[in-house]
Amino acid sequence: MGKLRIAGYWAAGCGGCEIAALEIGDKIIQLAEVADIVFWPVAVDFKYHDVEQMADKSIDVCLFNGAIRSSENEHIAKLLRAKSKVMVAYGSCAYEGCIPALANLTNRQGIFNRVYIETPSTDNSNHTFPQTSYQVPEGELTLPEFYDTVKTLGQTVEVDYFMPGCPPVGKQTWAVLEAIIQGKLPPPGSVVGAGTRALCEECPRVKEEKKVKAFYRPYEIMPDPEKCLLEQGLLCAGVATREGCGALCPKASMPCTGCYGPMEGVIDQGAKFLSAVASIIDSNDPEEINRIIQSIRDPVGTFYRYSLAESLLRRARIQ
Amino acid sequence: MAEFEPKIVGFLCNWCSYRGADLAGTSRIKSAPNVRSLRVMCSGRVDPTFVLKAFQLGADGVLVLGCHPGDCHYKEGNYKAARRMALLKKMLAQFGIEEERFMLEWVSASEGDRFASIVNDMTAKLKKLGPVAQQG
Repeated sequence: MGKLRIAGYWAAGCGGCEIAALEIGDKIIQLAEVADIVFWPVAVDFKYHDVEQMADKSIDVCLFNGAIRSSENEHIAKLLRAKSKVMVAYGSCAYEGCIPALANLTNRQGIFNRVYIETPSTDNSNHTFPQTSYQVPEGELTLPEFYDTVKTLGQTVEVDYFMPGCPPVGKQTWAVLEAIIQGKLPPPGSVVGAGTRALCEECPRVKEEKKVKAFYRPYEIMPDPEKCLLEQGLLCAGVATREGCGALCPKASMPCTGCYGPMEGVIDQGAKFLSAVASIIDSNDPEEINRIIQSIRDPVGTFYRYSLAESLLRRARIQ
Repeated sequence: MAEFEPKIVGFLCNWCSYRGADLAGTSRIKSAPNVRSLRVMCSGRVDPTFVLKAFQLGADGVLVLGCHPGDCHYKEGNYKAARRMALLKKMLAQFGIEEERFMLEWVSASEGDRFASIVNDMTAKLKKLGPVAQQG
């Protein structure tokens, strides 16, 4: 049997997932024995036209990271889907939008105005904006179209497996690669490289009663190293986040921010996190409740930091 | 062209507000027909997910009605609802969903007329506001 043919691609994302793939460490030697990389722009020199010339389904597994926010992202997602037997949404951007999806609180016009006109150090008195097509004497220059809305990979093509994490931790990346090599994957559509329960199950902190009189930003307090962070008033998303990362952040006294996405069976992570936070407010007086809520400056950014594109509302409604 | 008829989804608690709504009906109190009432056992049962799902499916407004503070059949459910809905309202504003579109109110089983006036008020406000802005 020939070697596995593996592809990787980086769409709308920070590139951290590309680097995170290397967290498998020396397992990469085992990987190289059984697999060939047939396309991975960040590391190997194959081009788009090499992929176009492949037979359909000739790539065994494609690890696609990044969200879909331009016509190029969409085009390559569809191309790789056609050429791949198994498509994996690798990391939070591809799975649920991650940070790029927070742009769904605005749209292209809002973003372009800010970037090209309003930023204090920009001098663009001609109001020049990027165009998708521009004629120069030598011919036509083109740029991909910038969409109003960031979509997930799953909202663009059929995805076989979803790997949460920003980025997925090395141990889980190797667990999934091993499952692929051994042919031991669960049914298509599954989330892999993670558990099913809340992060609280993996977190070693002591959990008692949750009754909070005030919420704090991480820099505002010195957390007790043993107690649950949520009980101390930090907005720890672990209570609404899928386990799988080993609770790395809470172990370092930083509240979880939710990058492993919602637990099994939950449609909308932000709604659950919001509900949990509001439920533990220790007050029944409307004025006091409002005062405590004031300290949560940015509910969407806090509760949907990674999952906005996959949430129920997906984006802000703009007139 | 026909006047815009807002679609309002209402989550009414079994013990107070749903009975209040029922009383409005049996008393033949005239109220706008725009609210689709869903009975839950307690306003504290209302998961923010339900409210978001209603907006996602095209609701122009969502109402959560519960027992007056101190009168909850389950003692504290309505207090939990108050906390949740306050935070949810703050978040909905960031989604471009105006605050008139989401209300939490207390209606007792004997307040048929209060139910009617809440429904009429919200319908009138939403008629002025129009439908929720389209995606993007």
